[in-house]
Order: sequence, then C-alpha cells, then structure tokens
Amino acid sequence: MARLQDTDRTFCSEGLLDTGDRMKDSLTLLSRVSAHPESRCWFLAWNPTGTLLASCGGDRSIRVWGKEGDAWVCKSVLAQGHQRTIRKVAWSPCGNYLASASFDATTCIWKKNQSDFECITTLEGHENEVKSVAWAPSGSLLATCSRDKSVWVWEVDEDDEYECVSVLNSHTQDVKHVIWNPQQELLASASYDDTVKLYREEEDDWVCCATLEGHESTVWSLAFDRTGEQLASCSDDRTVRIWRQYRPGNEQGVICSGSDPTWKCICTLSGFHNRTVYDVSWCHLTGALATAAGDDAIRVFEEDPGSDPQQPTFSLTGHVPRAHSQDVNCVAWHPKEAGLLVSCSDDGDMAFWKYQRPELNTPVL
Amino acid sequence: MTGGNQLENANPLIYQRQGDRPLTAREQDEDLPDQIDEREIFDILCSRLWGQGCWHVFLMDQEHPLSLEELNVVEQVRVKVNDDESSVSVAFTPTIPHCSMATLIGLSIKVKLLRSLPERFKVDVHITPGTHTSENAVNKQLGDKERVAAALENAHLLEVVNQCLASRS
Repeated sequence: MARLQDTDRTFCSEGLLDTGDRMKDSLTLLSRVSAHPESRCWFLAWNPTGTLLASCGGDRSIRVWGKEGDAWVCKSVLAQGHQRTIRKVAWSPCGNYLASASFDATTCIWKKNQSDFECITTLEGHENEVKSVAWAPSGSLLATCSRDKSVWVWEVDEDDEYECVSVLNSHTQDVKHVIWNPQQELLASASYDDTVKLYREEEDDWVCCATLEGHESTVWSLAFDRTGEQLASCSDDRTVRIWRQYRPGNEQGVICSGSDPTWKCICTLSGFHNRTVYDVSWCHLTGALATAAGDDAIRVFEEDPGSDPQQPTFSLTGHVPRAHSQDVNCVAWHPKEAGLLVSCSDDGDMAFWKYQRPELNTPVL
Repeated sequence: MTGGNQLENANPLIYQRQGDRPLTAREQDEDLPDQIDEREIFDILCSRLWGQGCWHVFLMDQEHPLSLEELNVVEQVRVKVNDDESSVSVAFTPTIPHCSMATLIGLSIKVKLLRSLPERFKVDVHITPGTHTSENAVNKQLGDKERVAAALENAHLLEVVNQCLASRS
C-alpha cells in the first residue's frame, strides 16, 4: 500500500511553523495485516523479547503473531477464554504467560506451551468490564482495573495460584488503564475521573500515594519512560502530559508530602491531536514517544536536544494523518528493535511502521 | 428509569413535521456521487429512528408513536455534517430537563448513525447545551466509545436500542 501523503497542517505547541516536510519520511509503512476482521482491534502487546505480538479485539479472541521472513503471521488464536470483548492483553516479564482483560468481568491467565496457549486460571471479582491488566517487573504481582472503579492487585505464587492482595477504591469513576513502573514497585492507573493515581505497598497493603490532576477529561492510557522517572498520560482532552518524579529533598525545591515523591507535570503536548488520544507508548530504547488517536493518526514526538530536563520541550517528529481508516486504539514500540512501531485500529487492522528520527538540527525558521 | 406506565412527560409538545426532501437533479443523476448532508442525517434519524421520546417508560410501548422530529428532540439545524472531513455532529434536545431516557436516546441516535453511515465518519452525539440537568455526564458517556461498545454487548440494552430503532410500520 502506498504511503499516505502528509497534507494535514500540524500545530506545534509553541506555535511554530509547519514541520510537515521534515517529517515526511520519518514514518514509513512496512506492512498492514487484517488482525481482527469485521471487528475492532483494541490492543497490542509485544512479548519481552519481541518475537511475538499479541492482539485482541471485539471478536472475543486473542491472536498471537510471529514473524516469518518479512511477514507477520498468525501463530495462535485464543478464542475460548472470554464471553465478550477482550480489551487488553499483557505478557508476563518471563514471556511464558499472557493475561487478558475482558468486558465479561474476568481476567484470563494463559500459559504458553511449546506452540500453544492454555488458559490456566480465570480471575474473577470485578463487578463489570475489566479494562486493563499489567504485570509488575518482578512477575509476582498483577494489577487489573475495571469500570467498577477499582484497581486490584494480585499476588502470583510459584504454583500459578493467584490471590487478590488489595482492592483499591481511590478513583471515583471507571478505571481505564493500569501500568507498573519499570524500576520500582509502583503502580499507576488512569481513569474516566480525569486523574492518574499512583500506588505503593505499605505494611502488607497497597495505598494510593499520589493523584495527578491536570487533564480535563478521561485519561485513557499511560507510559513510563525507561528510567521510570517520567510518566506520559494521554486523554480525551486531546493532550499528552509528561510528569516527572521529584523525591523529598530534591534540588529543584519541589515540595513533597512526607516521604512520598511528588509527580509534577513538566510538559503538556497540546494542539497536535484533533480528537481523543487513546494510547501513548514510550520507547525504552530511543526515548521517542508515540501516540494513537481518534483522528485516525499516529504521531511521534521527541524531546528537543538540549532542552531542560525539568521543563523539557518536545517536537512532533513523525505524523501519519490517515494511518488507519478509523480510530487508532493502540501504539506499541518493539522492545528490542529501535524504531519498529505497531498500531491497531477500529478498522480491525494492525500496521507495522518504521520510524527514523528526522534531522533535528536544522532550525525551522 | 421509572416503572409501570407513569409518563415522565404526559403531554409533550408536538411539532409539525418537515415535508419530504425535494429531489435535486444532481441526486437523480446516477453518475454523480451524492454528498452526505444535514438533511440526509436528519432523515436517517427522523424517518427511521423511532423516537418514542422522553415520556415513554419503555420504548417497546407504541402507545404514543411520535418521531424525534415531532417531539423536536432532533432538529435539522442541530445537525452538522462535514462530508469532506467525515464528521457528523448531532445535538438532541430532551423534551424535559430531567429526562431519565436522555442517555438511551443519545445512544440510539449514535447507534443509528454508526449503522447507517460509512465507517469513515466520526459521529458525535450530545445534548443541546442548557437543556438537561445531567448534560455533561450524558455527553461524556456518549463520547466514550469503550463504554458505548460495552453497552452494546449488553443483550437487554441492545434490545431496547433496537426497539428504539425499529421503523414506524
């Protein structure tokens, strides 16, 4: 398929001129695959080594994709686990388990055998749609969240037994997404109540230790950077916010309450997206930030070289206005191959993109 | 929702229907593509969407079969279409400010448009500003495609929406 021309006007947060020309070649389509035909493709997840990609959708199935030559082919279809839409999937850090969150109020745990997957446990407890699931870096904790406004933390033992260790009711609305910090045992959740909340363990229980306020509508997704010191959030308010962690006694003088760090919004990317931003992915290899939006576009942002880490500025360095024929629901950077990006959409497709950072040293003006 | 046959608005104001759309020469020319315009959206909603409106307790009840047009819930002036940008926006006006069916009516309008229009269209449905006590909450729900998708997987709710969408005859 021919690459789409970048004809849309792009707006920079600082009101700079059109950067379209510089971005024209930064994102190229490698291939497009009908992942969930006649349905919606909601989410994609790479396994930790990047050899497998899991997709899920409105057809109640999970598909696991592997590369054969240059093509991504479907290796397994997991169709028996859920009664309703599968909203998200997550690989365990060891790569041997896959968790799936469904509108049927359950979370399934799938164990990878030689070439197949077997559903070994179904986690029940949420009152209604489970919206997201995430494994902690240790692999011994799992988090789920639901429209029932709660976030659950589950402990996994060596016999594949799962036990709920905490039910967190900090949000006042539907919880859309959960992720773990890559470096510390810190959990983050995003909600329809327009906030992001952070949780840590305290004396055998989990507590909410921070509420990040600033978005003006539903927060749809979250991504930590490689260091875990920065968090990106994306929202129905069409912006992306970057938050940075400041520990007590920090040099910048950001006030902390007690021993908990403060997460301060250090950058807002506004004016770039024309509709809801549904997902954000922070590449842990290159630092590039990709977004998926309801305006059918995918975009890539990079921090400007030499910008102040306490007040960074970002530039739009990649933009495909019509990346899909309908809303883009998810973007995910490959964990090992820098610049390989995958996206999926309400049109049922997933698309693979090659991102190459454009030359940033030529001034626009 | 209220139960039984109690009507929330027993005497709704009934408005005149617009006449049928006059066919233009361009539309009769099979070789020319027809643009989707406000009137077409309006016709989709008013001729086929059976707006039992706010006073109906359950939408299966065909006792007062009035269209959304006759109740002035949907008016052509509150329909905005941009065919080139593939966007449709519809503001609907509940007949009373505390109508408990507002979300359901909005959902039905949204579903009708999603089913009728090409998939490229972005469909925004919201309450006419200042006409409902829970305007923001209803608008936010209607704008959340994940909640709309989940709602439409609920067999009971889907049945109610389909009843709402059933044609007049």
